[in-house]
Amino acid sequence: MSQFTITIDGREVEAKAGQTILEAAEEAGIYIPRLCHKPGLEPFGGCRVCTVTANGRPCSACTQPAAPGMIVMNETEQVKDFRKTLVEMMFVEGNHFCMFCEKSGNCELQAMGYRMGIDVPRFPFLFPKRNVDASHPDILVDHNRCILCARCIRTSRDVDGKQVFDFVGRGANKRVAVRSGTRLADSDADVSDAAVEACPVGALLKKRVGYATPIGERLYDKAPIGSEIENGEES
Amino acid sequence: MAKPRIATTSLCGCFGCHMSLLDIDERILQLAELVDFDRSPIDDIKHISQRCRIGLIEGGCANEENVEVIREFRRNCDILVSVGDCATTGGLPALRNLVPLKECLEEAYIHGPSVHNPSGEIPNDEEIPLLLNKVYPAHEVVKVDYHLPGCPPSADALWAAINALLAEEPLELPYQLIKYD
Ligand code: SF4
Ligand code: FES
Repeated sequence: MSQFTITIDGREVEAKAGQTILEAAEEAGIYIPRLCHKPGLEPFGGCRVCTVTANGRPCSACTQPAAPGMIVMNETEQVKDFRKTLVEMMFVEGNHFCMFCEKSGNCELQAMGYRMGIDVPRFPFLFPKRNVDASHPDILVDHNRCILCARCIRTSRDVDGKQVFDFVGRGANKRVAVRSGTRLADSDADVSDAAVEACPVGALLKKRVGYATPIGERLYDKAPIGSEIENGEES
Repeated sequence: MAKPRIATTSLCGCFGCHMSLLDIDERILQLAELVDFDRSPIDDIKHISQRCRIGLIEGGCANEENVEVIREFRRNCDILVSVGDCATTGGLPALRNLVPLKECLEEAYIHGPSVHNPSGEIPNDEEIPLLLNKVYPAHEVVKVDYHLPGCPPSADALWAAINALLAEEPLELPYQLIKYD
């Protein structure tokens, strides 16, 4: 049973025992949208943007193990609208000013908006009050843009072996905090940490390197996020 | 047959979207063949004179005059289009939504480091439109039919959108023309 078949949108796909739906799909050149998932990190299952149905039930493809004969639906109108709704909610519940963000063009949230054809979110903008922590000499934290994917937390803990960040608060008050104090400057965060590169949005940025790539040549200017998987390129 | 009419306005915007419209370059001659301009900063007509096919809204609503204007557009335009990030999301002016209005005004007229205002008063003449409590995207004030994000949307995006709407075709822009920045 180490190798078996599942179907994704009716197409037969080979899967190995221990693989998630998302991994099996990716090997077959099928892109399932994702934001909190990052190769090299344990699956987290936080953002739900990778939602598919498996044997009729919604689940997160980044955490759900593939099983023999599993019938996965990835591109139904219902699934696509569910994901689009989630991404729209991320846009209204933070303060995402793309027009001056250093991450614009290389941002995975923005790229998801483009790929899903979001011209404007269907929900009212909340304009929450969020803080900026510019205390660290080389790293900027802008909570206005954070989507709570925990990639920084997990990367710092599991890759850098440092535990610089953690979540505090619940529900709408949940946010990323610095474990060792109130400011990033009080932590042992370093600009060479993998965690600094892990953020999908512009919430965690290296200082003094913004806007280096001209408009038109940035990561998602020409082709949608995920097309490297669909075209079978190494990402 | 009379040409369809188009009206445009800049509410709480920077005129960048109108500059982008002018950026269609020589295609502006084609546009003049296709439509007649009604109320617009381009011809300085102050009120919509006849029913318009298309109304282009730049900017969100930050004061009571913006609301009056957008309502005039909604009443008189068959199709209303939010053009640019300020109209679709509030845009840069909506940064003030993160600060209470009273604090904004006090910073601008009383406490700001470069303010010289011996009277210590905040302007309150009835000629000045009252500010709204916050900046609203166009579709949170009136019904908007189409949204063209971008800061500003490119000339090509505007050109493609206007042509599709005039031809009564579905507005489906290619990937490269939809941008939030
Ligand atoms: S700061 Fe970035 S990486 Fe960390 S949780 Fe927020 S969005 Fe994710
Ligand atoms: S990518 Fe699967 S839940 Fe975030």
